[in-house]
Amino acid sequence: MTESTPVIEMRHIVKKFGDFAANDDINLQVQQGEIHALLGENGAGKSTLMNILTGLLQPTSGDILINGKAVQVDSPSKSDALGIGMVHQHFMLIDAFTVTENIILGSEVTKGLSLDTKTAALKIQQLSERYGLQVDPYAKISDISVGQQQRVEILKTLYRGADILIFDEPTAVLTPQEIDELITILHNLAKEGKSIVLITHKLDEIRAAADTVTVIRSGKSIDTFPVAGVSSQALADLMVGREVSFKTEKADAVTGNTILNIKNLEVQDSRGIAAVKDFSLTVKAGEIVGIAGIDGNGQTQLIQGITGLTKIQAGSVVLQGKDITNKKPRQITEAGVGHIPEDRLRFGMEIDMTLSENLALQTYYKSPISKGGVLQQAEMDKLANKLVSEFDVRAAGIDVLAGSMSGGNQQKAVIARELNRDNELVIAAQPTRGLDVGAIEYIHHRLIKQRDAGKAVLVVSFELDEILNLSDRIAVINAGQIVGIVNAKDTNKQELGLLMTGMSLADARAALKEEVDA
Amino acid sequence: MTVQKNSLSIALFSILFGLIVGAIIMLVFGYNPISGYVALIGSAFGSMQNIGGVFTQMTPLILTALGFTIAQTAGFFNIGLSGQALAGWVGSVWYALSFPDMPAYLMIPSVLILGTALGGLAGAIPGWLRAQFGASEVIVTIMMNYILLFLGNDILQNTMSKTIKESAETTKQVGSNASLQVKWLTDITQGSSISTGIFIAFIMTIVVWFIMTKTTLGFEIRSVGLNPDAARYAGMSAKRNAVIAMTMSGGLAGLAGTIEGLGNYLNFFTQNGSPAIGFDGMAVALLGGGSYLGVLGAAAIFSVLKIGGLGMPMTSGVPFELVDIVTASIIFFVGARYLIMVMQARVSAMDEKAAVATANKKAANTTSKKDNSHQKGGE
Repeated sequence: MTESTPVIEMRHIVKKFGDFAANDDINLQVQQGEIHALLGENGAGKSTLMNILTGLLQPTSGDILINGKAVQVDSPSKSDALGIGMVHQHFMLIDAFTVTENIILGSEVTKGLSLDTKTAALKIQQLSERYGLQVDPYAKISDISVGQQQRVEILKTLYRGADILIFDEPTAVLTPQEIDELITILHNLAKEGKSIVLITHKLDEIRAAADTVTVIRSGKSIDTFPVAGVSSQALADLMVGREVSFKTEKADAVTGNTILNIKNLEVQDSRGIAAVKDFSLTVKAGEIVGIAGIDGNGQTQLIQGITGLTKIQAGSVVLQGKDITNKKPRQITEAGVGHIPEDRLRFGMEIDMTLSENLALQTYYKSPISKGGVLQQAEMDKLANKLVSEFDVRAAGIDVLAGSMSGGNQQKAVIARELNRDNELVIAAQPTRGLDVGAIEYIHHRLIKQRDAGKAVLVVSFELDEILNLSDRIAVINAGQIVGIVNAKDTNKQELGLLMTGMSLADARAALKEEVDA
Repeated sequence: MTVQKNSLSIALFSILFGLIVGAIIMLVFGYNPISGYVALIGSAFGSMQNIGGVFTQMTPLILTALGFTIAQTAGFFNIGLSGQALAGWVGSVWYALSFPDMPAYLMIPSVLILGTALGGLAGAIPGWLRAQFGASEVIVTIMMNYILLFLGNDILQNTMSKTIKESAETTKQVGSNASLQVKWLTDITQGSSISTGIFIAFIMTIVVWFIMTKTTLGFEIRSVGLNPDAARYAGMSAKRNAVIAMTMSGGLAGLAGTIEGLGNYLNFFTQNGSPAIGFDGMAVALLGGGSYLGVLGAAAIFSVLKIGGLGMPMTSGVPFELVDIVTASIIFFVGARYLIMVMQARVSAMDEKAAVATANKKAANTTSKKDNSHQKGGE
């Protein structure tokens, strides 16, 4: 098999941005019918490499061979013509259009002056049957699930005749069940002779899906080898370049008084529909409570309600006996709430301001940084230097723009700022989204340290591994309501996965028991 | 840092391209561009009076450009600088003429504060409407330019008492107690209408720079302008900052108008349209690229072109309007900054490729010397 001509061969790819080499002599060979994982930390150069392959970027030097022939991929349309398709992490679909309309967008078949959607729908039907991608060609995008939307993205590339499919972090938005389905789809595609490049930093998925893996670290390709028989630990160590610990070590929780008490909360979304309904939850000092749930089940509104960014319609939020319902964000912050927001680029930081300014974003108006309304640059820098070294934020200096830093270091900066204020309660929403193993390990360690210092921590995450790893208690949210609250020790991924779909705890346990018996 | 550097190079390229466009047009219409530009420079710096004129031109432009920059920093597009300037101009002249006997040490500070406050009020209204109701400040300020223009003319023609008017269309000249012109400046510049306003403009540049970069207020305005969501998350009030920034912006325009009234014209007269200083100030701010030092430089260049342009027809026969084409072209190129950035990126990419090629060659030639150079680097 290794003797045959690879479908994709990228030789000695170098891509420089100024003095910085994002890709520094990367080699990649993908065989036909193979699922080839591209594993690397954030900022390792995976995306740059794939942007070169899809024609969005031009390499500084190096060669690309498709089916053994040297090619110049100098535009996305060229990459299309070469049969390369990309399934993006963020779907590029138009909500108001049907599946068919989205798929044919840009390559419409016409009959006279009108669109020939029937022929297209038929072709889509055939494709979806062949590869096991069940989806109704006439359904509107807004009416189908995220997992199905991803299938539409895959069909889009197949419809255009792609033989090479690149998946960019495809599981980030899926439930555990949907992930299993996706892996089956990937195998189907490979069986039919398609070649697949899977960009990910999730090790379990690589082991479940991929045949071969190429590890990239700091812009260099480290090694390529078959996945069979390789442990997740070995993959992680290779990716990060040092030994990584997976199991977050933590002692049993020693809980104290109730810090946060949410009672019968109702919060509406931007359309005026109740996104959080009759939601009650307590968080005690010294414990981590995790909120598990599929994206879009009210998590965002819940957190925005607690932190004062959205109006609470009904119910109350009490922090250490003090009512903070519908208080201003600053009053809530000063009452002792640290907030690591879900969308760090939108809420968490000012990407066009410096790292130093960002680290002072919550304390700029207080002594010692402000003296009579005048900013004390020296004090601001002192704080920044302290936090940067304490929280291992890596940047070219405290004067760099926050937007130029890597995602992991941006997040570390946000966490440094929010944990430094000695808050009684820390709310961490998606604290490790899009981060690599090394950064995740560190952030989990800091949150547990916060708990061990006797503080309350509320974690919201779509990643069940994260919820299970961090939490002492887990509350599962579905359609804005709590489905069940379980101790982290007494539950597992399957059970949580069922709860997340809205099944009650009793039903979920019964269903799982049945499965075991069968 | 790099942003500032980038703005500077864009500004310099824009000026260069603007001058080239002007030269091409002069050639097309049969004028000699070299003698045209020589005449322009020669006339702008030809006499002390013209140099004084350059400073007189600069003064309001600096202030309105500073005002525009503050609003822009907060995320607003203040097109109402003209109207806000007019508010300061009418109010200050009216006040100065109404109290002809007030001693200068009371009159000057109070009239400056009044003119600034009137402009600030005119800016605060659209700021408040935006913050409270989400009304587009662009539309509101454009409309307020008309309101203030006709209100100013109406006050002059129908409200001001006859005793302070020269004619139906013009007020009397303000007294020496309110005039910002001083003898030594007038004498040095051979009777130009330069005033101490230029020093006020310089001082305000420093004050605005200090507020915007060194105080918590400036920090908030910048935060709100760059990312309102993150600002709200950090407990800043977007509404409060909107009103403050627009008030400061309008206040600076009001001060510009006050100095036009008490430093340059010494009176108020019926306006046919919104004063140009408001719109030219926007152009100056855009050319200045959001930098406060840049505003000073851009105001100087615009003023040199304006005053120099006045002398062009006499010495080289090039019509005065050519200067307007040059300034418009400069603004066009600032607006088309993307074009300049793409050109710069092309050039640097070419340099890079050449550098890589030579580096590769060198690497091949000097592998044996590598150890030495490493040691040197270590020392």
